[in-house]
Amino acid sequence: MITKRIIACLDVHDGRVVKGVQFVDLIDAGDPATQAARHAREGADEIVLLDITATHEGRQTLLDTVRRTARELFVPFCVGGGIRSADDAAQVFEAGADKVSVNSAALADPTLIDAIGRSFGAQAVVVAIDARRDPGAADPVRDAQVYVQGGRKLAGRRVVEWAREAEERGAGEILLTSMNSDGMRTGFDCELTAVVSEAVGIPVIASGGAGTVEHFVDVFGRGKADAALAASIFHFGVSSARSLKEELAKAGVSVRLPC
Amino acid sequence: MMRVTVIDYKAGNLTSVLKALRHLGVETVVTDGDLDLVNTAERIVLPGVGHFAATERLDATGLTSAIRAAIARGVPFLGICVGMQWLYAGSSEAPSQPGLGHFAESCEHFSESKEKVPHVGWNSLEVRKNSKLLAGVEPGEYVYFTHSYRAPVTADTAATTHYIEPFASAVERGNVMGVQFHPEKSGATGLKILKNFLRWKGTE
Repeated sequence: MITKRIIACLDVHDGRVVKGVQFVDLIDAGDPATQAARHAREGADEIVLLDITATHEGRQTLLDTVRRTARELFVPFCVGGGIRSADDAAQVFEAGADKVSVNSAALADPTLIDAIGRSFGAQAVVVAIDARRDPGAADPVRDAQVYVQGGRKLAGRRVVEWAREAEERGAGEILLTSMNSDGMRTGFDCELTAVVSEAVGIPVIASGGAGTVEHFVDVFGRGKADAALAASIFHFGVSSARSLKEELAKAGVSVRLPC
Repeated sequence: MMRVTVIDYKAGNLTSVLKALRHLGVETVVTDGDLDLVNTAERIVLPGVGHFAATERLDATGLTSAIRAAIARGVPFLGICVGMQWLYAGSSEAPSQPGLGHFAESCEHFSESKEKVPHVGWNSLEVRKNSKLLAGVEPGEYVYFTHSYRAPVTADTAATTHYIEPFASAVERGNVMGVQFHPEKSGATGLKILKNFLRWKGTE
């Protein structure tokens, strides 16, 4: 039976793991390679490393970080942040990533999805969408808006329509972050996740808002998520992938327990 | 030190497979057309991500014939993902592109269903008895899949997995083995399976 994936997310800035609330007020949360290895050991099904440095000088630091993190990591490893071309993606793959996540660059030029998919396969392309409910719309959830620049700027696209286009262009997965709930630990946006998950035929990874085990139970059930991203819940020893999964198994969610 | 010849047919990324093999203490050599590396191979791994059509390159470079001869000599061979599917007669993903035909059947797309395709994530293996490749894999262990096409369950199936329908997640006959999942991305279980392949003598 296929299991629900718990993905550990490391936001990385200048080669260090950081955590902020709604993408601001960053605090240091450790070394990426050490953190990734620990999460994998404790049962995380996948590691996502999101580089939020996004400066030109930061590129080499990122590739070094990816190389160092990938070295002893034998679970799927996805890297995002600052990937603007198929060449950028190729460098990240060469450094040891299995997947890349693209966000604003794909919005600016959607053919980036096709290009990476052609060279590395659809399984290697994750399209990350930063979404915010649209309170002014007739249906704030179905008409949720895509945001760029860390959630500060409207992209001018509706989330559902963009997710469908990404799938058609050859994305292998959608990483959906609710900007409303990111870092708040008040739960995933299950309504929005379900709407997107039902709109596409590829897996949807829910992100933003994890705070308790119940939040994960909820997003796998009501939210119809195939996987869920956890960042702050794992930092500072709040909870481990192992204890999270043991609790999820008790709640009837099918998960892979670490050997 | 044992040397493993890894076949590159330019259909994606070999880094993870090479990393896992090196982690297990073997030397790796990569070939995208140097047939000597296949003709003198001790062990061959054919990784694979992406589209079945990419295997056309194996025919064009002469690698298909060289691999066929190596298999006939008894060289242990492991195909991963598309590399496993290539061992069959073909795949409906690229109907005009033949596979190696070591296994007579063909690979097909998952049947129509409400489940999502590709099958992405960690799923379990139902291991058939006497599998050399999957020795020591216990119930409750999981491996990582990402694919839309799958091989049918036959007498050569070493393990089955259920997603939408039962399919062959591992195949094994003589010195030829294949896995639909990614052992290089399947944690401790995956490394154990790769180690089984590297340890297997081929004549047992």
